[in-house]
Amino acid sequence: MSPDKPAYEGTVVLLGPQPRDFSDLAAAVEDLQIDDPIALITAGWQENERHDGAIKEALNQEVINLSLYDRSEEVALQTEDFVAAWGMRQKYLRRLQQFYRLRLDVIDDADNSIAVRHTTTELLEEQLEITVSQLRHLDEDHLARCARRRARFAEEWPIDNLDSLLSHRRQIAEELDKCGAMILAGGHVVALLNRLRLFDVFSNWKERPIIAWSAGAMVLTERIVLFHDSPPFGKNLAQLLDVGFGFCPDLVALPDLSNRVHLDEKAGIGRFARRMAPAHCIGLDQGSRIIYRDGEMVELIDSARLSEAGEVQWGWRP
Amino acid sequence: MGVASMKLAIEEFMEGARTPEAVQQFLDSHQLPIVRDGTITFLWRGEADAVHLRHWIYGLASSQDLQRIDGTDLWHLSLPLPPGSRVEYKFEIVRDGQGRWIRDPFNPNLARDPFGANSVAHGEDYSVPEWAHSTPESAPGSYKTISFPSEAFGRRVLKLYLPARFRTTRRYPLLIVHDGEDYLNYASLGHVLDNLMARREIPDMIVALTNSPNRLVEYANDERHARFITEELVPFLEDEFPLRTQPQSRCLMGASFGGVAALSTACRYPGFYGRLLLQSGSFAFSDIGEGHRRSEVFDPVVKFMNQFRAQPSAISERVFVSCGMYESLIYENRSLIPLLKSTGMNVRYREARDGHNWENWRDRLREGLSWLFPGAFLMMYE
Repeated sequence: MSPDKPAYEGTVVLLGPQPRDFSDLAAAVEDLQIDDPIALITAGWQENERHDGAIKEALNQEVINLSLYDRSEEVALQTEDFVAAWGMRQKYLRRLQQFYRLRLDVIDDADNSIAVRHTTTELLEEQLEITVSQLRHLDEDHLARCARRRARFAEEWPIDNLDSLLSHRRQIAEELDKCGAMILAGGHVVALLNRLRLFDVFSNWKERPIIAWSAGAMVLTERIVLFHDSPPFGKNLAQLLDVGFGFCPDLVALPDLSNRVHLDEKAGIGRFARRMAPAHCIGLDQGSRIIYRDGEMVELIDSARLSEAGEVQWGWRP
Repeated sequence: MGVASMKLAIEEFMEGARTPEAVQQFLDSHQLPIVRDGTITFLWRGEADAVHLRHWIYGLASSQDLQRIDGTDLWHLSLPLPPGSRVEYKFEIVRDGQGRWIRDPFNPNLARDPFGANSVAHGEDYSVPEWAHSTPESAPGSYKTISFPSEAFGRRVLKLYLPARFRTTRRYPLLIVHDGEDYLNYASLGHVLDNLMARREIPDMIVALTNSPNRLVEYANDERHARFITEELVPFLEDEFPLRTQPQSRCLMGASFGGVAALSTACRYPGFYGRLLLQSGSFAFSDIGEGHRRSEVFDPVVKFMNQFRAQPSAISERVFVSCGMYESLIYENRSLIPLLKSTGMNVRYREARDGHNWENWRDRLREGLSWLFPGAFLMMYE
């Protein structure tokens, strides 16, 4: 990436979870005044990918669902060896994620033990710095390992002779050529990320607008962070999943923030914000909107930023 | 907290007028039973020779007297109730030497079980989990009734739960539930499965809801039961439905004697079931001889548990065990944990301030199922 030129020179609108009538999405699309058809990606909905009637109804203009999930199922049927190898890669990445998570837990345990000791504020602050530094190191290491594994797979499994996949890529590129904007729905973030990569959706997208919500917003950032403060068991420690497509730099997108994060836990929020710095940790609740233009965050509506002091800054402006 | 705030509401009442109107006003102005500052006060109003609290809290006398407040027809009893507790109870009203058990007329909270319903008192910080209720956001699974011939038991009928997103092209884990109908009826298992799957806290799975007409025999380490489940039911289901066939995709689950059935079946087929969910298992044992303080239906259980305790082995991969602190089986369940862990199995144990009842088992299902079968919830951002 050249420092003088943003990775993406168009407009990106990130939204939070959608109401049933998709009125937030409809309003965002209307603001962009798009005349051409709109490409829709609902691969995060997995087997429910085609249940997009309410979106089409809300937008009241031509919408082309690229059906990435269904296409990936077709590719799977026709490229058995490739898909088996892909499956092995995914299994490896899942294991990598588990082991990374185990290591995060150990750091967190130590941090919790130290945080309750009766000692000086200065020493505790120094210890917190160590914790943050260790977490950041593990985060970076994890991303690097994920990238290496993906690069190895690309090298071992070139797609030049995968007719089925290439054919779908061509079809998708043709559909995208007709479109003036793209919508990325939320859902299963890995299902979405993998299919966007498999079909190389963004390579020729250029500067046309993208509107995305929840998981769709997460994959457009540089780093995808998984989080939930009320898991059914175990700890609530956030973890990195992988790199995203980087359309929205310096942002950690936190969909459904108010429901997924205990906003009164100041220490945890502060530590998380420091761990992710210099990226801004910004919540996307229902009704929230973050707007990027030419790779820069230019506007936030009804969003909150998590500060390094542990504050939840509603109304924060970039 | 000052001493004044520790005074019980009933003590405050007794300092005032004791007219019928004052009694009614007192009752109307409180949610009953009154739970405050770690104490619960049970109240009953009426004419009787005696009133007793009947409960199932192991460690407390099972019958406790309510005291009549002089000059009134109001009876009361206060007991400590730690936060998070859930207690089922009834009142025994004694008139002319005859006792009659009734539910608390002032308490709308009920817990149903195969024997009827009990009143339920909730300690501070307890609430019925929202994931145990039917919600419009969670698409309900479907049920199939299946009848098939068993060499072990003759024809058997069971219910099968298929997830709302069921597709014949996918493969699913199999959860086999003992006392399946009771789990559905009294532990809201259907709603729990619908909700946990909808939220992706557990993966979509097929659930076999088995029942036994003679559970105290068949569930007590009966070779026929283990054979029926493992050699007849599982192969039948694997033939008929798209199931994964690895051990880590098979789970046996049960409560009380159903817990014994799950553990003993897994012991007879080590390595076949990679997941066990054991709730308040009736894991009675003896440290010397086979004598025990329980009824004779426990004889084969004690024999089995003594054998297992003598030579514990890693029969499964992951075992979730839960038990209520207020039930008599807490000692047996606590004792089992280090033993299971010593085999190298991955064991998770959860205690709750509750008794030997279906709602206790319901309340532990989320943690148990999601630990045994973690779903993709951390990946879901709708």
